[in-house]
Order: sequence, then C-alpha cells, then structure tokens
Amino acid sequence: MESKTSERKQLLSKIATGNGHGEDSPYFDGWKAYDKDPFHPTNNPYGVIQMGLAENQLCFDLIKDWVLNNPKASICTIEGVDEFKEIAIFQDYHGLPEFRQAIANFMGKVRGNKVKFDPDRIVMSGGATGAHEMIAFCLADPGEAFLVPVPYYPGFDRDLRWRTGVQVVPVHCDSSNDFKITRTALEDAYERAKEANIKVKGLLITNPSNPLGTIIDRETLKGLLSFINEKSIHLVCDEIYAATVFSQPGFVSISEVLEEDPECNRGLIHVVYSLSKDMGFPGFRVGIVYSYNDAVVSCARKMSSFGLVSSQTQHLVASMLSDDQFVDKFIAESKKRLAARYKVFTQGLEEVKIGCLNSNAGLFFWMDLRHLLKEPTDAEEMALWRIIIKEVKLNVSPGSSFHCPEPGWFRVCFANMDNETMEIALQRIRSFVVQAKKPKVPAKEKCWHGNLRLSFKASRRLEDAIMAPHSMSPHSPIPQSPL
Amino acid sequence: MRPLSRKATCNSHGQDSSYFLGWQEYEKRPYDAVRNPTGIIQMGLAENQLSFDLLESWLAANPDAASFKGNGESIFRELALFQDYHGLPAFKKALTEFMSEIRRNKVNFDPTNLVLTAGATSANETLIFCLAEEGEAFLLPTPYYPGFDRDLKWRTGAEIVPIECHSSNGFKITQAALDDAYEAAQKRNLRVKGVLITNPSNPLGTTLTREELNLLLNFVNAKDIHLISDEIYSGTVFNSPGFISVMEVVRDLKLENTDVWNQVHIVYSLSKDLGLPGFRVGAIYSNNDAVVSAATKMSSFGLISSQTQYLLSALLSDKNFTKNYIKENQRRLRRRQEMLVNGLRNVGIECLQSNAGLFCWVDMRHLMSSNTFEGEMELWKKILYDVRLNISAGGSCHCSEPGWFRVCFSNMTEDTLNLSMQRLKNFVNSMNSSSSQSHHQRMKNSRRRSLTKWVLRLSFSDREPEER
Repeated sequence: MESKTSERKQLLSKIATGNGHGEDSPYFDGWKAYDKDPFHPTNNPYGVIQMGLAENQLCFDLIKDWVLNNPKASICTIEGVDEFKEIAIFQDYHGLPEFRQAIANFMGKVRGNKVKFDPDRIVMSGGATGAHEMIAFCLADPGEAFLVPVPYYPGFDRDLRWRTGVQVVPVHCDSSNDFKITRTALEDAYERAKEANIKVKGLLITNPSNPLGTIIDRETLKGLLSFINEKSIHLVCDEIYAATVFSQPGFVSISEVLEEDPECNRGLIHVVYSLSKDMGFPGFRVGIVYSYNDAVVSCARKMSSFGLVSSQTQHLVASMLSDDQFVDKFIAESKKRLAARYKVFTQGLEEVKIGCLNSNAGLFFWMDLRHLLKEPTDAEEMALWRIIIKEVKLNVSPGSSFHCPEPGWFRVCFANMDNETMEIALQRIRSFVVQAKKPKVPAKEKCWHGNLRLSFKASRRLEDAIMAPHSMSPHSPIPQSPL
Repeated sequence: MRPLSRKATCNSHGQDSSYFLGWQEYEKRPYDAVRNPTGIIQMGLAENQLSFDLLESWLAANPDAASFKGNGESIFRELALFQDYHGLPAFKKALTEFMSEIRRNKVNFDPTNLVLTAGATSANETLIFCLAEEGEAFLLPTPYYPGFDRDLKWRTGAEIVPIECHSSNGFKITQAALDDAYEAAQKRNLRVKGVLITNPSNPLGTTLTREELNLLLNFVNAKDIHLISDEIYSGTVFNSPGFISVMEVVRDLKLENTDVWNQVHIVYSLSKDLGLPGFRVGAIYSNNDAVVSAATKMSSFGLISSQTQYLLSALLSDKNFTKNYIKENQRRLRRRQEMLVNGLRNVGIECLQSNAGLFCWVDMRHLMSSNTFEGEMELWKKILYDVRLNISAGGSCHCSEPGWFRVCFSNMTEDTLNLSMQRLKNFVNSMNSSSSQSHHQRMKNSRRRSLTKWVLRLSFSDREPEER
C-alpha cells in the first residue's frame, strides 16, 4: 500500500511533493498552535494571543469612514454600478491607468515626496509574494542565487526558491553592530557563493527590515549601490513597510539614493511594494514591481498575467489613493498610532528588564531574550519558544525561523490587536518574567528549561493574574472568515 | 554575464504570434459607431458582453453585497485582512454549487477540493507546476488557445506536444491521433505527464462527445498519466448536444476507486460564463489531495482578492439569480451565434457546427489564394487591413490545416455584428468578381505576401494577451 502511495506521488512533480513551500518551518508551528487555541476576550480568554502576524489593524476606522463616504469607489453600489461593466471586462495587464497613477502618487507621498515614480514602470503582481517570485523568474535562472541579509522574512525561502529553482545565500548580520549590513559580510557571502560555484544574480534587501523593524541608513544604502555595481548584480529592495516608519530617523528609499548616484547602473535596481502592510489590505492582493530596467518591466508585465490585481480592487484603490487629503491624513495618523503602540510595548517590557533592538519602523519589534536562555543555542531558543506558546500563551516568532545566527531573539507583532488585547499580552509577559525569576524549589527547578509545563498551580496563578475584568472587545484578533 | 534570466529573454511568452499583431492593429484604429465608423471591429476577443444587464440589476437589488456590508455591519476590515489561501468558505461553496448547476447537477463538487487562483491563466500554470517537471510534456488537441503556450510552458519549462485533429471528422479527437502524439513525444525523448483538453473547445466552440471523453479516460488510464479538463466555457453551451463534464464520465464509468480518480483535474473560471475577466477568478478542482494541497500553497502567488470573493459569493449564492442567468445567457449566446452563422452563410462561408463558446470556427479555405499557411496569413491580413475585422487565424491556434479562423460574436452589439457581416459580404463579392481576372492579380498577391512577412516581423512586445 505504501509503495503504491509513493508511486502515486511520482505522478506529481518534485516541486509539488517536496517541502519547498516552507510550511514545515517552526514559523508555522506557532500558527498551528494559535489556530488550535485562539484567544478571544470572552469565548476563549485563556487562548493564545497572536503576536506572530505582521498585520496593520490600527487605522481601519479611517478607511471605513472613507469607504462609506465614497460609494462611487465601489462598482457595486448604486452610485458606482454604472462603471461595473467596464471594470469587470478590464483585464489588460498594464492595469487601469488611474490605478497606476494612484500607486505612483502614493509611493511618492510615503517617501515624503523626495522622489517621483513613473506610473508606466508600475507592474502588478499577486501581492508582494507574487512580486518576489516574479522578479526571481525575471532575473535568475535555476541554480543561480540571491544574497539575502539575515535575519529575513521566512516567506522568502518559498517566494524566491520554490518554483523558480533559484537559491538563497545568506549575508551574515548580528547584534554586535545592531544587525547592520556590512561590506565585509556582503563580500564574504559573495565569495562563499563563488566557492560553491553558485552564480550570484542579485542582492535582496528589505527596508524597513522585517523582522528587525529598523531602516537602512543612507551611507549603507550608498554602499550597497556601489557593491552591486561593482559585481554587476541586481538590487531588489522590498519596501513593503515604507509607510510604517513611525519615528526618526526618517525613511530613505533606494530611489532617493539612486537619484543622487548618476554613476549607478539603473537597470540593476528594482523595488517590490504592496499595500498589505502600509494600508492593512493583505486580503486585496495588491503587489507591485517597480523596475528601473525597461526589459524587466516588459517581461514582468507579461508574467503579471499569472497574478493580476482584481480590477474591482484596482478601481477601489485608484479612488482611495488619489484622494490626496485622505492619503496625507492616513499616513500621518498611521505613524502616530504605530509609534504609540511601540512605546507602550517597549516601555512595558523595559519594566521587566526585557530589551528590544532599537527600532523605528515595521509592525513588530525584535525582542531580546538571550538572557533567558540556559545556553546560546537554537535548541534552547526553541525550548523557550515552546514555553512562550504553551504557557505564556503568546504566539511570537523565534529568531531561528528568520535564519538569525544568534539564538534568543524573537519577533513580536504589535499592530494586529486592539488595546485591551495588547494590555493582556503585556501582563502575560510581565507575569512570565516575574515567575521565571522567582526562586524555585528543586522539584520545579528544571521546569521551564527542559519540561514544557509549569505546575498546574503555578499556571493557574498566572491565569488569575492576567484575567483582570475588562469590557468586550469589538475587534477580535482572530482572522476568521467574515462570513 | 547575462543580466536577465533565460525566461525573461526568450519568447515563450508567445507574444510574437499574429494573434497579438491583430490586437495591436485594432488598438490603433478601433471601431466606434460614432467616432470611428470605419475602424477595425474586434472579433478576436472571446469576451461575453451579452448579459451584463442581468448582473447590474442584481447589484442594484442587493446593496448588501456592495459597500462591504454583511448583516448590516461593515465587514470591510475582516475582508481587508482575509488572506487565507483556503479561500472564503462561502465563496467556495457558492462556486462549487454554481459549477454543479451548470452541469445540471450531474456532478457534485466538494468545496474542500477546490483551489482558488487568479484566473484560469494561473490555474493552468499552477497545475503544470504540480504535475510536470521541467522538460516533461502535456499532449494537447489542436487547434488550441494560443495562451496555452505561455501558461503551460513559459515558467514551468514543460513542453506541449500536439494531438492533431482534422476537419475531415469535425476536428474530433481520435485514438490514432492520441497514439501518434504519444509516439511523437517519445521520439523527442519527452516524458508525457498528461493530456490537457478544453471542453467546450476553444477555438472550435464544440463540446466533446461522450465517446471522446471515454477515449481520453481510457488513454490516460492506460498510460498512467493525468487529464486536465479546462471547462472555462462550460456555462456557454447553448445547444444540444449538452455539456458532459469529464467528471460526469468518470462517475458514469465508475472509476471512483481507481487511480484515474486521482488523475483527473478540472480548471474553471468566471471570465467567460459570467463575463468577468477583470476580476481574476479561477479555480482548480481535483480529487487528488496531494494536488489540492500543493496547488493551494502555490495559490499564494495569485490569490483572488477577498473583496471579489465576497461580492461573488453573494451573487452566486442567489439561486434564483444563477438559474435565470444561466438560462438567459445561453439563450442570448445561441441567438448571436445564429446571427453570425447565417450572416456568414449568406456570403458562402460555412462554420464548423458548434453548440458552445463565444465564437465560431469559420471555414475560409476557399477564399485563400493558396492552400498554405502563407495563404492563410495573406487572407488574414486582407481581412484585417481591407475588411477591417480582427479575427484569429487558425495557424496561431496551431491548427494543422490552413484556412480556418476563429470569429467571436459576443463582445459587441448586434449592430456591430451586422456591420461586420456587411463588410465581409462586400469583401467576398469583390473577391468573386476579381477571381475572374487574370494572372496579374495573382502576382499582386504575391507582392502582398512579402509585405505580410515584413509586417509579421514587427515587434509588438507591449500588447496584452489576456483574452482567449
């Protein structure tokens, strides 16, 4: 029977039967734990709070108001239905001109209008996920590689490699210099690839960084441009978090630095963007590839057939993002709210002596729990992580799933929940740290290192501590189906 | 060092074919009743524009599907956040029920076996990624939709080997043709992983017979390969014989407990039946859990916008609407097809007898100056530049016989269709009178052929190929 199953599996491709989809990584274990026991303020107050999901839920009130006040933006309302047919038929892979114009406009505003974007270079894709795969298909052949600084978003392993056959070569970064990308690390990675007979086709950076939440400074960006020009390789900049820079120093985009460097071969520069983080619209699948290389624009546009943005969504987005007043207000307010969240969390953690990497962007912070590890090993990190999920009931993401070379770092998302849930999460962390620091009687000594469970009594105390009465939250953090 | 990938610099995207040249010419001088009455009439675009009024009136009567409202509350936020690749459950349920309804409920589909993709373009590519390694092959009956060259081969690296079909038997698929194709693949050292059929057929506009489906199922069973059935036009069957889905035959042949059950996959979309190509709604249906699982993960690269899933789940859950729509849409398609068939017959042009699709497969062999593909191209050019109709040449659909053209009938008004018939009539009449002229006319035609070759080499890399 079993050989028959494996024979049957032969009828599928290696891509289909392998694990290149990346879902066997621990990043998804936390998800699974959360899915089995999701927090809900009234239905499941002891459930796992989702802090592993980088979603921006802070400004939906602004968007909802705009949508209700602009019924023409929907092709289904009485006010908008006369455009239904035209939009429903529109499948041109160039995209609606007004959509491209609005996106170019928005991208410019997010960068403080220090650069202008050409709507004709905007190519649609199935989210940033689709954009990354598409760019990899355009720039690299199977077996060729991209250099990617660690720690990096786990989805890149799938997006860059799975169906493309392209490889990823990590560029080492660590806390000794706040995880900045150094020339030495880049050269080292490039050499490693060369020694392994792997042709490097490009460098992929995420700026602002996921999972660090930091931005790359101007000098480093200039250094990156000179590196890629020297090696004649591409530079792909994922700027998906561009509008989430909530405090100084301000965001410097690659486009800005490019304008200041006339020597740079522009044909090597490509930007990946999306509305999933800045606007909080991951469900609408608005991915963008912006390339300074005409041949790449042309090729990507043809490939975009495999992941065009629904014309219904293009129409809505075009309307919303060409409303300058709304956009300016949204960008400013979003930053304010992100900054406030960040402050509450980091101050709360500071009170219990938990530090974070100093950051000013993103929907998460990079939490330092190295001091809670018995030994600086991945195994210890995973053990601590399992305790955080099962006992503290928080789904945070372990640094190892981001390929972080130093154990003990965790990415904690803060923008995907309401204020009440945030408070509960903080309390749970505080209680956990306090608990962990208490002198233990020998029987419980090895508890939180090797054993996955605190004693029943202790965990009940933990639960009592966190269950302060509160009012019902109208916003569940659970990403259930709305229907 | 080569700056871009091979995929970026080759032409497997297929956009150098005449299929797209016609499109480009049309874009330069598109027909408009008022502004450009002598412009080119687009008859190369398989769009269903006949039933929008039905959709619009449903929308007007159902404000809840708009404005992101569910139960009176705005659910904008929930939709905006919903990116689960399993899809909106209500949408998948409504879509599978719609698919059953189109098949007169002879097949029941399980929503958990449905994978949502950004259009059938993405569905077909995804299935090939799941079923074939680079360099392996799928057999396709000719003529076939030109976009398959891109969808099935470009980024996957898979190959297509044609199953040659001929007018001598109405382009039906035969055992001999299947065997020949398989053998041809062997000769090219290509491992065959499956057969892909389009049923109803594009460009033929015919439904596959039960005999053909039996033949295909036996073939894939014997060779232990897959069968993909692209049923994107299943809702456009407007005449008998009715539509028989491959899944229906699988059940009729009681193949549920055999290997074939896991090797038959359906592709669907709402681009043709509902006329919504802009919304990018595609789907893969398979009983094979491993395929569903892999395809679901791959759909991350092209999910359907949650906003669109929500709208369509409301629309398709309205059974009164779907029942009426399916019937009325088919009625209107039948009427249009008759108009085109009769209009062509009046000028001595016959079509392959068809009962589905948004186009007719037209026999213009007698109008060619030579029975060759050059002759076909020459005729096509005349029709494009002189008659000012953009139709699709059979050669671009990999037809093995020159002289056949696909002509669309549902993407224009009745008046425009009548005008196109009038223009064609004038053209044929002038050809008839000139055919009695001397040999010198033939020489003129051969000069035209040189022009044709030059024109074909024009670059038109910037045109979109979305339509079928």
